[in-house]
Amino acid sequence: MRAWTASLQARHRLDRSEREGARSLRRPAATAVAALFLLAGAALAEEPKIDPWPGLVADIFHDRAIKTHEGVVTLDAPKRAEDAAIVPMTISLLEPGLRAATLVIDENPMPMAAAFSFGEGAGVQKIETRVRVNSYTNVHVVGETADGALHSVVKFVKASGGCSAPAIKDQDEAAANLGKMKFREFTTANPARREAQIMIRHPNSSGMQMDPITRAYIPAHYVDKIEVRQGDALIFSMEGGISLSEDPSFRFVYAPNGAKTIRVEAHDNRGGVFKGEWPIGGAS
Amino acid sequence: MLQRTIGPLVFALAALFASLAQAFDLTEIAPGVFAHQGQTALMSRDNFGDIANLGAIVGETAIAVIDTGGSRAEGEAFVAALQQRSAKPIRYIVNTHVHPDHIFGNIAFRGTGAVFVGHKNLPRALAVRGPHYLASFRETMGALVDEVVLIPPSLTVESETTLDLGGRKIVLKAWRTAHSDADLTVLDLQSGTLFAGDLLFLRHVPIVDGSLLGFLAVVDELRAIPAVRVVPGHGPAVAPWPQALDAQKAYLDHLTRDLRADIAKGATLAESVKTAGRREEPNWLLFEDYHTRNATAGFAELEWEAP
Ligand SMILES: [Zn+2]
Repeated sequence: MRAWTASLQARHRLDRSEREGARSLRRPAATAVAALFLLAGAALAEEPKIDPWPGLVADIFHDRAIKTHEGVVTLDAPKRAEDAAIVPMTISLLEPGLRAATLVIDENPMPMAAAFSFGEGAGVQKIETRVRVNSYTNVHVVGETADGALHSVVKFVKASGGCSAPAIKDQDEAAANLGKMKFREFTTANPARREAQIMIRHPNSSGMQMDPITRAYIPAHYVDKIEVRQGDALIFSMEGGISLSEDPSFRFVYAPNGAKTIRVEAHDNRGGVFKGEWPIGGAS
Repeated sequence: MLQRTIGPLVFALAALFASLAQAFDLTEIAPGVFAHQGQTALMSRDNFGDIANLGAIVGETAIAVIDTGGSRAEGEAFVAALQQRSAKPIRYIVNTHVHPDHIFGNIAFRGTGAVFVGHKNLPRALAVRGPHYLASFRETMGALVDEVVLIPPSLTVESETTLDLGGRKIVLKAWRTAHSDADLTVLDLQSGTLFAGDLLFLRHVPIVDGSLLGFLAVVDELRAIPAVRVVPGHGPAVAPWPQALDAQKAYLDHLTRDLRADIAKGATLAESVKTAGRREEPNWLLFEDYHTRNATAGFAELEWEAP
């Protein structure tokens, strides 16, 4: 350790130990002496945190009963949010005929990241998207089966370290490319399923930011609804908020119905409407 | 017992603290050009956020400071060390970008009356990211964060600005989105010393918090700068120019190539980030702390190129 940090550290420990010592005057001397050498961090023990989940169950699911098990939906999430702004989340739908799946980032300012509803017969088996993770958090997925019952799974995700922030990487570019869409397809082993990806250029930004140059409050600007169809048949729709990463992306596995095109319509909270249509299977 | 233990300690520590200014290493790397080498580590209570390289350029009438460190304590040690080297007034505080290890020390310089200078995007970046940094660094920095006040620049650089320190001109250049969206470099014309900020990493794995493709392009543009030595944002305090760019360029190239290959194969983001650019691991420190993050951001960026 460098001399300057060593000396400062010693000073900080002393500040602390004086406080500790004052509190432990009536205790045996050995305790007070031991307190002298406490590391600066030891006393900053985490305050007990309130689990937001019960409140979210009330707000998002209207206090309906939710079974906790892995039989209906599963969630693949990284153990740590490496980049706070782009954390991949993969939801697998194990039970055929699932009506809906909702992705919740418990500790985020707007926890409800994406509520997916699935078209009848769309055969969606998997859907991958990306979210922002502000701090250490539980991530829940709640699946709704055809009988209306709710089933949840949960993963804990550690916050990213260092200078990573759940912010836009390049605000000017985000504004310049607003609403551009991209469609990609992937080969699948199972001929009864197709895999595709929809990407939309959008800052998907929160409204809690102040632009110091214009002194203006930057209003929230995010994609709040997307519908993805094959022909006229709904594959899935999504209602979302600012917990989704900028440039929202959805990669999904579905059952083709013979339609020639994929059609996407996205709306944002400022009334923006973005549409795209692409041939399925590169067919013309 | 308690009194007898604390008494001598107070005395010893007071003496230690008095020597802080000498202990804060500040090396004169060229006449009138000083650099401080940060530790290659993550910011913590133990290192007072002292992980970035900092610098100062002394002209005939004024001093320009380049970055202020990762805590008020580090900033104060920097001020004290500078004042021992020169009695000239500190006129400019240049922030090379928004990251906490470069700007948390700003508050220590507020009393100098110096003008804070940054990229035109720096005020916005501070507004968008500042509150998150103050919250998220509490975990590793503890109460040190309470002493931090974020100070935005009052002088911003649109593309290029020259500052006169009295018989000595320094050129500030604002770059497109690369390491971050507010990267600024400082070139001292007299000595040919370039302060690259985090547009250059040595030993410490590069961090991509702006644009992978932008960073690659800027590395090539940086090469044209007529400098003889460089102070990187992280790594040794000084390195030969432009060879110092080579390792970082190789890292960014490898990562980009691997990500493009994975995207072309149809790999998912979660799959790709496990392997892309991994061959660079032996070349860098803190690889586990930042590499997967770089790959994640790079994948999301490069995916838009795919057919
Ligand atoms: Zn940086």
